[in-house]
Parts: sequence; C-alpha cells; structure tokens
Amino acid sequence: MTGRPGGRPLVPAYLSTGGVARPSRDRLERLSVLTGTGEAPPADLPAAQLALLDELADGSLTVVEAAALLRLPVSAVRVLAAGLVDRNLVLARAPIPPAEGFDPDLLKRVADGLRALKHP
Amino acid sequence: MACAPSSTPSGIHLPDSARELVKILVAGPFGVGKTTLIDSVSEIRPLHTEEHLTEASATVDDLAGVREKSTTTVAIDFGRISLPGGIVLYLFGTPGQERFRSLWDDIAYGALGALVLVDSRRIDASFDVLGLVEESGLPYAVAFNAFPDAPRHYTEEQLRTALDLDAGTPMVTCDARERDSSIDALLALVQHLIDRHPPERR
Repeated sequence: MTGRPGGRPLVPAYLSTGGVARPSRDRLERLSVLTGTGEAPPADLPAAQLALLDELADGSLTVVEAAALLRLPVSAVRVLAAGLVDRNLVLARAPIPPAEGFDPDLLKRVADGLRALKHP
Repeated sequence: MACAPSSTPSGIHLPDSARELVKILVAGPFGVGKTTLIDSVSEIRPLHTEEHLTEASATVDDLAGVREKSTTTVAIDFGRISLPGGIVLYLFGTPGQERFRSLWDDIAYGALGALVLVDSRRIDASFDVLGLVEESGLPYAVAFNAFPDAPRHYTEEQLRTALDLDAGTPMVTCDARERDSSIDALLALVQHLIDRHPPERR
C-alpha cells in the first residue's frame, strides 16, 4: 500500500519517468506480472522506481494494479517497470504462458470457475 | 483442481497460485453500470487507473503530450476474480466513445472478449461501443442492465434489430448490482467464446 491517504499522486506522471516516454523493453502488458527479485536497490535509484519497487515488497502485482496504487498512468508504470527489469530488480512475466493462447480448455475452466462462484 | 487458496490474499497482491491472467472488457457508455457490475463480482475493491487521452492519433505508450493542457483523463475501473486452478480473471470497465479508441485498443489487447452493457432506456448511447467492439474483432455478448424503470415492452427481436446484432450474439438481461446475475451475464459471454471454438482434434 502507498501509505499516503488521499492527496495527490506521489509523482506527477510527466516527471515520474525522468522524461523517458517509451519503455526500454518489449511491450509490458496491463496484466504482465511484476515480481521483485529481492536484490538491494542501488542508492541512485530514482524515487519513482523505488516507489514501484516498494509496492512489490509484499508480493506480485500486475502493471495495472501497480499503476492504480501509485496513481500513475499505465504508460508511466510500463516505463518504470522496464527500467527495473533492466536493472534486474524486477521480473516481468506475461499474463498467459506464451504457448497457451486461448485454448478452449482455458475458456472452459473460466466458465467452470465462474459457475462455482455462484450461490447454490 | 478446485483447491481453495491457502490464505485469502491480503490486500491486492496476487495470490501465489496465480498462473494464468485473463481479462474481459465490460464495455458501455457512462452510467450504464459497468463499475456496479465489476464491484458485484470482484474480490478486491475495484481500483482505477487515470488514463491520459491525447489526440486521437497518439499511442498510449507515448507520454509525449501528457504535459499539454489539452490532455484529458478518464478513469478506467477494474476488478479481479481468482478462479480455481490459478486463473485470475480481470474485468476492465471500458468506456466506448470513439475518442477513446487508442485507449480501447490498448485495453482490449489480449482480452478474451467483451460484455457490452446496454441501458434499454437509451439504446442509442451504446452504438459507439458496439462499433468499437466490432471493429476490434473482439467477440462479445450483450447484457441489458435491468434498471427499474426500463421499458419492458420491447421484444427480444426488437432489441436485436435496434442494436443490429447477429443472430448468434448472445443477449441477456442482468441486474448489475446482483453478484449471481452479473456472473450469469459473464457466463453467457464465456459460453459464447467456447461455442466459437469448436473442439479441435488434438
């Protein structure tokens, strides 16, 4: 959690990335899963990247969840996360194992899971 | 395997079991009940991101222009449901106006499909959304959110004609405030997705 009740975003979007407008890596999706590697962050890590790393201290988050918590646009979090991946501080994983695609079995499991949620 | 999560995920961090993350768009005009539906089924309090809308041609990954005064923002709500077997289903409330096209494309990337919410008191407000969904090629189902004062005299045929829907597009009525009703609407979409994929020879 951000620990900052109410108030403005931690960093304005246009400053958060240090002026970098595009992520340095292949596309991170909204649902790419970010996990901290546990490596100690270097002292010169920009504040916004550190803030993202802090959010990952308690567990994994998707890009979009991190954006919501940090109150930054998804586009900014993509840039920040890519920087952290470059520094080996964060691992990013695609939402679905690449080979899987939309196999009908996945859809069926989604349907079964939804049915199981309904009250009897 | 229907194993219950060993512990309720605290806060919004992903459960360790999360393996496959999928998303469905809950699309519709402002005020149609997208957030209500998401809230009724989400395991987390719905979150939102503030998305910057630059001029129509701007790509979402490009922050250039964020500083411009002309930039407007739109809040995109989303929620999450953990299903057995490590599947996590995300629901993104997606506004459907034409001016949100670049944002739409970004959110729709990799989505299973879209549940288009329609208010039968103002069907014309949903034309833009249906246009975007169809152009994006995303499979969809239509759910009429049952507002108490919604007209009940339309037949299914009339509604289908008014929205210019294919005969194969599922059309259901739901009460977005009710969890089970919202789940049924989502199931109508997922069943439609399954039916579109005839079983393959393996």
